[in-house]
Amino acid sequence: MPDQLTWDWGYCLEIAPELARAAWISLQAAVLGMLLALALGLAGELLRRTPGPLSWAARWVMEAVRTTPLLVQLFAWFYLLPSTGVQISALTTGVVALGVHYAPFVAEVYRAGIEGVPESQWDAARALNFKPAQIWCHVVLPQALPPVIPALGNYFIALFKETPLLAAITVMELLQTAKIIGAESFRYLEPLTLVGAFFLLCSLAASRAVRCMEARLARPS
Amino acid sequence: MLLSSLTELLPLLLKGLGVTLQITAAGLVVATCAAFTAGLGISSNHRAVRALARAYIDLFRGTSALVQLFWVYYALPIFGLHIEAMPAAIVVLGLNIGAYGAEVVRGALAAVPQEQAEAAAALNLTERQTLWHIRLPQALPAMMPPFGNLAIELLKSTALVSLITLADLTFQAQVLRASTLQTAEVFGLVLVLYFTVAWMLGQSVRWLERCLARSQGRA
Repeated sequence: MPDQLTWDWGYCLEIAPELARAAWISLQAAVLGMLLALALGLAGELLRRTPGPLSWAARWVMEAVRTTPLLVQLFAWFYLLPSTGVQISALTTGVVALGVHYAPFVAEVYRAGIEGVPESQWDAARALNFKPAQIWCHVVLPQALPPVIPALGNYFIALFKETPLLAAITVMELLQTAKIIGAESFRYLEPLTLVGAFFLLCSLAASRAVRCMEARLARPS
Repeated sequence: MLLSSLTELLPLLLKGLGVTLQITAAGLVVATCAAFTAGLGISSNHRAVRALARAYIDLFRGTSALVQLFWVYYALPIFGLHIEAMPAAIVVLGLNIGAYGAEVVRGALAAVPQEQAEAAAALNLTERQTLWHIRLPQALPAMMPPFGNLAIELLKSTALVSLITLADLTFQAQVLRASTLQTAEVFGLVLVLYFTVAWMLGQSVRWLERCLARSQGRA
């Protein structure tokens, strides 16, 4: 029986491979979830800008998604999707929930970028007889997106830190794995602390990367 | 059908909502204290105070809220420190949101024009007076909109406490789902309840913002 009060490095090494495998799953969920959020967020933002009831609906749906807990949304997807006949894995469900939850936040970032494009760019594009789709694809978005990449990066970090919630719907990500290891050996200290340290290191490194990006963007080119 | 399930589901959900609101309210107090303490700490002239505030902010912003909750609830007892689920939830979630709030406080203080502090120095005000009577009152209105968002984030994060055995709204939803199998109704109701509370939180912060603006003669 190892001493309960001391930190056991040998035990850390022993559980490291299992945690590393789980970290890979967490990372996968975060990257796929972010990609979905980027796509849905753009769709939501464009819908919000179309005139008519669609814009109103998009606004309310996004407000509701943004202000309710991700955990409840996770449960809702997890229990409701199968009853509608959709059979997908827990990990995929988690990716869907993460992507949908972060879409409204991402849409806000897009909005800031789009509003940062000068009105004269729109006027010029219209004067050149561009179609709306062409204006978006060739004039507005190429100018709106690069400045907001750091803000999107921050949301990716936030999303990554929410992946432990997938433990609640049986995904074997980092936290769930740490909990199981802890339950098997009655030592929660090392696995939980390692998971915390992993998130801390990742997010510190990622926020440093985001700051570098910001600095590069701020420099006049 | 809908009405009968409403009368059946609502009492238990409202009981859960009570717990959720308690944690949110107490968490808001913790978060506000932490945000101002760390926000002022990080703007301090003392290097040690700055380092301490920075360490707190990075630690709580850098790790996941759920991991923090689990760590305090499952790992701390190993050091002989047993904390009940309720205070653990309030302190951890409050400190978590407070770390984000600290950056808001820092940013708002930094946004007060430098001339204000110079004018205060010219009038021979002490550093403390400058902070309390000149810089903070001018920084407060700018803090309100981000604080409103953080309050909603806190409300949302209280759903996590259901995973450390607290019987909040999300927990009751799980219980009801398992016992009644009315999954869609239960989660629909729960989402509406959270949305309503979040909306009211947002409105009250907006009201506070207007009060502040009026008291400073800016309305």
